Amino acid sequence: MDVLLAVLFVVLAPVIGGLVAGIDRKVTARMQGRVGPPLLQPFYDVAKLFEKEQILVTPSQNFYITAYLVFIVVSGALFFAGGDLLLVIFAFTLAHIFLVLGAYSAYSPYSFIGAERELIQIIAYEPMIIISAVGMYMVTRSFYVADIMAAKVPLISYLPGVFVGFLMVLTIKLRKSPFDLSTSHHAHQEIVKGVTTEFSGPMLGRVEIAHWYENVFLLGFIYLFFAANPPVAILVVAIVYFLEILVDNTYARVTWQLTLKSAWIIAGLMGLANLGILYYLSEVLHV
Amino acid sequence: MSFLPRSPWILHYDASSCNGCDIEVLACLSPLYDVERFGIVNTGNPKHADVLVITGGINEQNREVVRNIYDQMPDPKVVVAVGICACTGGVFRECYNVVGGIDCILPVDVYVPGCAARPESIIDGIVRALAILGEKRKLLETKRTKEQGGEDTAPGGRK
Ligand code: SF4
Repeated sequence: MDVLLAVLFVVLAPVIGGLVAGIDRKVTARMQGRVGPPLLQPFYDVAKLFEKEQILVTPSQNFYITAYLVFIVVSGALFFAGGDLLLVIFAFTLAHIFLVLGAYSAYSPYSFIGAERELIQIIAYEPMIIISAVGMYMVTRSFYVADIMAAKVPLISYLPGVFVGFLMVLTIKLRKSPFDLSTSHHAHQEIVKGVTTEFSGPMLGRVEIAHWYENVFLLGFIYLFFAANPPVAILVVAIVYFLEILVDNTYARVTWQLTLKSAWIIAGLMGLANLGILYYLSEVLHV
Repeated sequence: MSFLPRSPWILHYDASSCNGCDIEVLACLSPLYDVERFGIVNTGNPKHADVLVITGGINEQNREVVRNIYDQMPDPKVVVAVGICACTGGVFRECYNVVGGIDCILPVDVYVPGCAARPESIIDGIVRALAILGEKRKLLETKRTKEQGGEDTAPGGRK
């Protein structure tokens, strides 16, 4: 386990995540023909949130949101330390369960709807993330991120279907249109911010920081597919993020039914078919 | 250093506007005026908002609603009354159900006159509100430190 990388992640991920969010807002503004906010705007926003008064709807909220942040950091740190991918996914899911519990702990219909949608999103993306981990195992024979990183073969040439499927759930995870159901940076009026409705001030700031950590972790996951060639990997990560912004700006929000269906269909078609072919090639044909 | 004036999130409430001022407020968000340049975001949620922008006057129906929204906003916060209806009740002030301007129930920090208020003057009003927001934060902080100091020295305080 590479402890140094994990420490680097804990220290640097908020900086990188915030910058990525700033670039995101700037690029979005340019796509809409606007000037857009300064690059450091996400940092101003979060700093401001910590200056505001803390309104607690219930004291348990505080616990759940702190747990959400802690588990996101833990899962990211485990990932960058080269830990077990299954454990990473488990901690990652657990973090989101805490977020849902936080939303459920406040007695607000908006918050409840946000929590329900968040749960549906977890149901939608979870299979694909597991399939990605299994796919990586089938190629490298290890669930450890360190081993997958060290693999000589580029994973992408074995897992193109899995990669496409992962891109699909990435849109859900980054909270981008058309799958920004539970909370969104654009849905100011229509869903009144979903899960984060009842969080204010420093608590909302913590949710935002957790989201930065999460984004860096997810981009790291994409990197894993191209780990054999670092320059290409970084380029791909940049292109993928740009495409996400483009999709975000060109698609309207869909219903939760369609989200669930499309996520599972893509996971089934792309992910499982890819794994099936891999299995057939390696176990039956021995290539 | 205060970050509040750099990232004001506004909550826009239509009290009983004729919709004239509302579309001007929304025009500020359009690419032409693009208030996001100043970090201004239109949230739909009082718990996330720093600036309450109200158009239209107070009537008997929305009296409680406006008060409720204001109470849900975390401190420090400012109120901007946009349009002459929000300032005084405007042409509707004689109506039987109209109470008057926003200031009859809330402390208004900035008045933006006009019928309808122009986007330029709305942006100007919000920028002026930001200076007040910064001051309010300072006041809140001194109050907090005083309270803490008072608690420590007060005899017979909570143990
Ligand atoms: S000030 Fe004029 S435009 Fe604005 S709400 Fe009143 S009547 Fe309508």
